[in-house]
Parts: sequence; structure tokens; C-alpha cells
Amino acid sequence: MASSQEKETMGEDLDRTKLPQILIHRYPPFTVPCKHRLLRKFQLLEPDDSILPTHSFLAEYAQSVRVILCVGPSPVDSRTLDCFPSLQCVVGTSAGVDHIDLAECSRRGISVTSAGDAFSDDVADYAVGLLFDVLRRISASNRYVRAGLWPLKGDFPLGSKIGGKTIGIVGMGSIGIRVAKRLEAFDCHIAYNSRKKKPCFPFPYYENVPDLAAESDALIICCALTDKTRHIINRDVMKALGKEGVIINVGRGALVNEKDLVKFLVEGQIGGAGLDVFENEPNVPKELFGLDNVVLSPHRAVATPESLQALEEVVIGNLDAFFSNKPLISQVPHE
Amino acid sequence: MLASASSLLPALSLGKYMAQAQQEKLPQVLVIRPPAGFKTFEERFSKKFQFVKAWESSLSIDLFLSNHALHVTALLCSAGTRVTSDLLRKVPSIRLIVTTSAGLNHIDLTECRCRGISVADAGDVFSEDVADTAVGLFIDVLRKIISSDRYVRRGLWTVNGEYSLGSKLQGKRVGIVGYGSIGSEVAKRLEAFSCIILYNSRKKKPYVPYPFFPTVSELATNSDALIICCALNDQTHHMVNDEVMSALGREGVIVNVARGGIIDEKEMVRFLREGELKGAGLDVFENEPSVPKELFQLDNVVLSPHAAAFSEESFLGLCELMAANLEAFFSGKPLLTPVMDFI
Repeated sequence: MASSQEKETMGEDLDRTKLPQILIHRYPPFTVPCKHRLLRKFQLLEPDDSILPTHSFLAEYAQSVRVILCVGPSPVDSRTLDCFPSLQCVVGTSAGVDHIDLAECSRRGISVTSAGDAFSDDVADYAVGLLFDVLRRISASNRYVRAGLWPLKGDFPLGSKIGGKTIGIVGMGSIGIRVAKRLEAFDCHIAYNSRKKKPCFPFPYYENVPDLAAESDALIICCALTDKTRHIINRDVMKALGKEGVIINVGRGALVNEKDLVKFLVEGQIGGAGLDVFENEPNVPKELFGLDNVVLSPHRAVATPESLQALEEVVIGNLDAFFSNKPLISQVPHE
Repeated sequence: MLASASSLLPALSLGKYMAQAQQEKLPQVLVIRPPAGFKTFEERFSKKFQFVKAWESSLSIDLFLSNHALHVTALLCSAGTRVTSDLLRKVPSIRLIVTTSAGLNHIDLTECRCRGISVADAGDVFSEDVADTAVGLFIDVLRKIISSDRYVRRGLWTVNGEYSLGSKLQGKRVGIVGYGSIGSEVAKRLEAFSCIILYNSRKKKPYVPYPFFPTVSELATNSDALIICCALNDQTHHMVNDEVMSALGREGVIVNVARGGIIDEKEMVRFLREGELKGAGLDVFENEPSVPKELFQLDNVVLSPHAAAFSEESFLGLCELMAANLEAFFSGKPLLTPVMDFI
């Protein structure tokens, strides 16, 4: 005979089963955003939190799952997709979708959504902040003051003016265009590379990144990570950028050949870097810790409470749209 | 052999003598203490001006001035040299002061006016760089960029996981204290970040489209951040006091790129330590280069050694401007960046 507590739980479960199901695909340590809001509308299937072992859990639920909520960069590959034959949509919680096999999803007719523009303003703000910090040496001079060196050693070496610089934006998407708008207010000149030229933008377009680098004083990397863009910032690009050149990366670590970047920085072959992302987070190449012309950030370009709130709206908006057969809010187009 | 060797000597002395004589024909410029980067300036313009350098002499300043500066008509200084009425009395021949700063609080302007001494400053040469720094420090404090750099360098990302959230710029109400050439450049930049601009100035400016507040307290009450861009004078000394900081509130941020003395520094340190302010970005301090040590422990403060104006590019621009003002003076032409011009 079930105890009153078990009856209550069973009662809850009975109610929940009437709600649309969402499978939570989550690698630790990432957490489900807006869980309390989701629980009001949806039945959340969480393999990790179930008392059932995973294979039993999947046997129970996998056939009927139509939507996966993919938390953070938890990978969604063919093996994952194989588990859910009825899957129709993967709802992502990040701006980047390089952890999701888009080609495979497209082949199976599965839509994918991302965080859309929820983070774009914050990432653009951060990119400008990193550029300023590197060019004007703020991080290093802050350390200088805190070490008590100002009274002892006098003035800190001069930084470099932001205005008048040519800033090459790699990837003129929703983040890139916002970076451009901000830097124009600092009297920078903007140039860009993107998959395709954007006729409505008034900035000079370069078909490849080395050509862009040759004309730029700094590169800001804002593009998506795909097979085509992996290590797009390589030695050729760094050589073209030159010894005074600066690289700011707010995209994905693997967009930059990190080993080469470290070498170029350590050898003084490049002017400096502001990096929010790395190839193997949270590991950061230790050689960078001793460099004064580098600013390091722990993947925080998106991190404000307001952008996380905006993300919640996008995630819930996409889920609502899916279950009411309406157009998805931030569907990722497949190439 | 000896004859030819000895015939060289007078030639060498003659060369040196001629160089010296050339120098002595040049208009003289008195420099009490060297402004930052003076060496570069001197090298660049040694063929145009003869610098009378007080700090290189072993004489006391008074003796030096009475021996060497009695006929010098131009004085070049930085914000670090206090040009007091006392000093001006000792060099009565001075008719022009050229300062390398945008600020003028180190010069007794009243005394200059009485004596008919013209003054030229740095004009707008720094305004963009200072505005860049003001906005950059603001981003740094709100988004915790510098403190997260420290977090990573200490190896804490791998150990402690994600760093704390920052705060969004968009929609923040930013109160600009002093809407001059720097304040207007700050406003232009912050608009691109979708901030809401408010300001206080000595007088409302009819062509400025932002809401005006007649006192800094009222501005602070309506702002999420204050950016200090005004001049330091008797009226603005300690203008940002505990009343203003309380009005700004616990979520408030202060950025100072103007002069340390505009803020009651002791109170600000207390507010920051007690968590009564969200953070601060400070390029200037009341007693530079001394910085209150309590600030070194705080993660929500970014400290900069009075470098807001100084990029390599503006520094070169400054050198050109200083030289141009001196040349204009010596050829009886109008100054390029006059504060007051009696020529």
C-alpha cells in the first residue's frame, strides 16, 4: 500500500505527465536555466536526476521525446540523436552551436535553436572592453599601481590610442555588427570578413581573414565555430596582423590556433590579446599568465543577470512555439 | 704631426662654441620641473627653443631664477608644477605659461590675469583619450573584466569554477559631471552602448539633448553611475562627498578621469570598503602617486596611474601643440589653445 507521501508524489507525477515533455540533456556542471518556470509548463525528463538507471529511463521515455533542451555546451552528436527516434527539435541555451551536429540534425529533419540575440549586446560590450584594456594597458597598469610601483618607478609606459585604428571584425553577425556600432563611436575604422559580403553594411569587406588582418590594427573574433572556421586565426593571419597587432576573441577558443598565438605573444611577434575563450576551458596556457599585454577572462562575455534573463525568454519562447506549432524564435539555419 | 693635432683642437672648440651660440640665439623657455616626456620634446625642438632647466642646477630655485631666468619670457610646465603668485613674483619677465595639461588648477590664474600673463593649455588634444579611458574603466568595473583577469591568473577558474556575473551596460543611467569637451566625448561613446545620459555642469547647455541636473546630488540620485569630467577649482573641490555617494546608492559606480581632489577620497574609500558603492574606476587621486592602500584589496575597483590622457599618439600631438603655442608667442601670433591671451 503506497504511503501518503508516495501517493502525493504519484499524484504530482500524474499531473505532470499531462504536460508536454522535454528531455534535459545536461553535462555537469551546467545547470538548467529557469527551471522553476519550465516546471510550471513542461514535464522535465532528467536522466541524471532519475532514480531509474539511464538505460531504464531511456527505455521508458526515449521513444516519445520530441524536444531536447541542450544545456550549455553539452554535446549533441549522432549517438545522442540515435537515442531519440521521435526527436524534432533541439533547443540550445548558448549563442554558439558548435557542440551540436547541425548536419546530422538537418539530415534527420530536426530543428535547432540557439540563444539568438539574447547575449549579443553584452558580448559586444565586453569585446570593446577587452580591446580598450589591451590597447591602453589597463590590466597591466592596474597591477602596477596595486604593487605599489607608481611612487617608486614613476609613470607607466604609454598605451595606444583607440581612435583612428582600423578594427577588423571576423564574423559580421549580430555580435559583430554591435561591436562595429560601438567602435565607430570611438572613431575607429571598421573592416570585416564574413561568410558572405553584406551589401547593407558600409564597411570594407575582405574575402579572407589574412587580407583583413593585413589592413587591420586589431582583429575582433565574433564568428561561429564550424568545420570551416576552426583555427581560422592561424600563423598566416598573425603574421599579416603584425607586431603591433591585437587579437580579441569572444567567439570560441578553437577559432584561434592557441599554440601559435601563445608562441607569437611570448616572442613579441604580436602586440597583445584579449581572450574570453580558450581551446580547453577552464585551462588557460600558463605562459600567458606572465604577459603584461594580455587580458584573460573566464568565458564571461555573456555573463550578466539581464542577458541570462533574456536567454530564459528565448528558451521558453522557442519551447512554447514548438509545442503550439508556431515558427521558432531563434532557429539556426543549416548551411 | 703635433702641429696638425693641435690645429684640430681649436676647430673642435669652435664647433662646440658655434653650436652653443646657435642655441643661445634661440628664444628661451623656462622649465622648473620636467613634464612627463620632456626628453622627447627637448630632442624634437632643440633647434627651435633653448630650454632653461631649473632642476638640472645645483642652485636653489630662487638663486637659479635670479641668475638665469630674469629675461625669460615663456614658462613650460605640467600639472605637477604649482605656478603660484610667489613663483611668478620671482620671474617677473614671464609673459606666457604653456601647460601640458587640460587642467589648470595648478596655476594661479588670478595672478596671471593681474600681471597680463597669457596662458595656453592642452586644449582638446587629450579629450578623446580621456573619454576612451572613462568609458573603458566604466566597462571594466561593470563587467568585472580586470578582476576576472586576476581570477584567471591566480588559477582560480580551474579550482573555483565560474566567476561572478557582471552588470549590463545597456539602459544604465550615466551622470556626466562636467559637460565640456571630455564630457561630450564620453556621452557620444556611451550612447553607442545604449546608456541613458544625464549631466550636471556649471550651467545648463542649451544645445545638449540630455537631462540637466543643477546639483551633483540630484544627478547622483537619478544615476546608476557618475563619470567625473570637470575641472578642479574652489567650487568643485570635494564636490563628490558622502551626500552625493549616498544619493548614488549601493549599486552606484564612480569613474574619475578628472582630478582626485573633486572626490572626498577618504569618504569614497570608506563607502567602497563598506559595500556602500558597487565599484569605482579611478585614474586620478588626491595625493598622486600615493593611492589609498585599502583600495588594493578591493576587487570592484580598477586603478590607473593618471594615464587617461596618455596614449603615444596624443603625446605626440601634445608635443606639436606645445611647440606651436610657443612659436606663435615668439612670433607675436595668436596662441592656438589660449586660456587667456594678452599678446
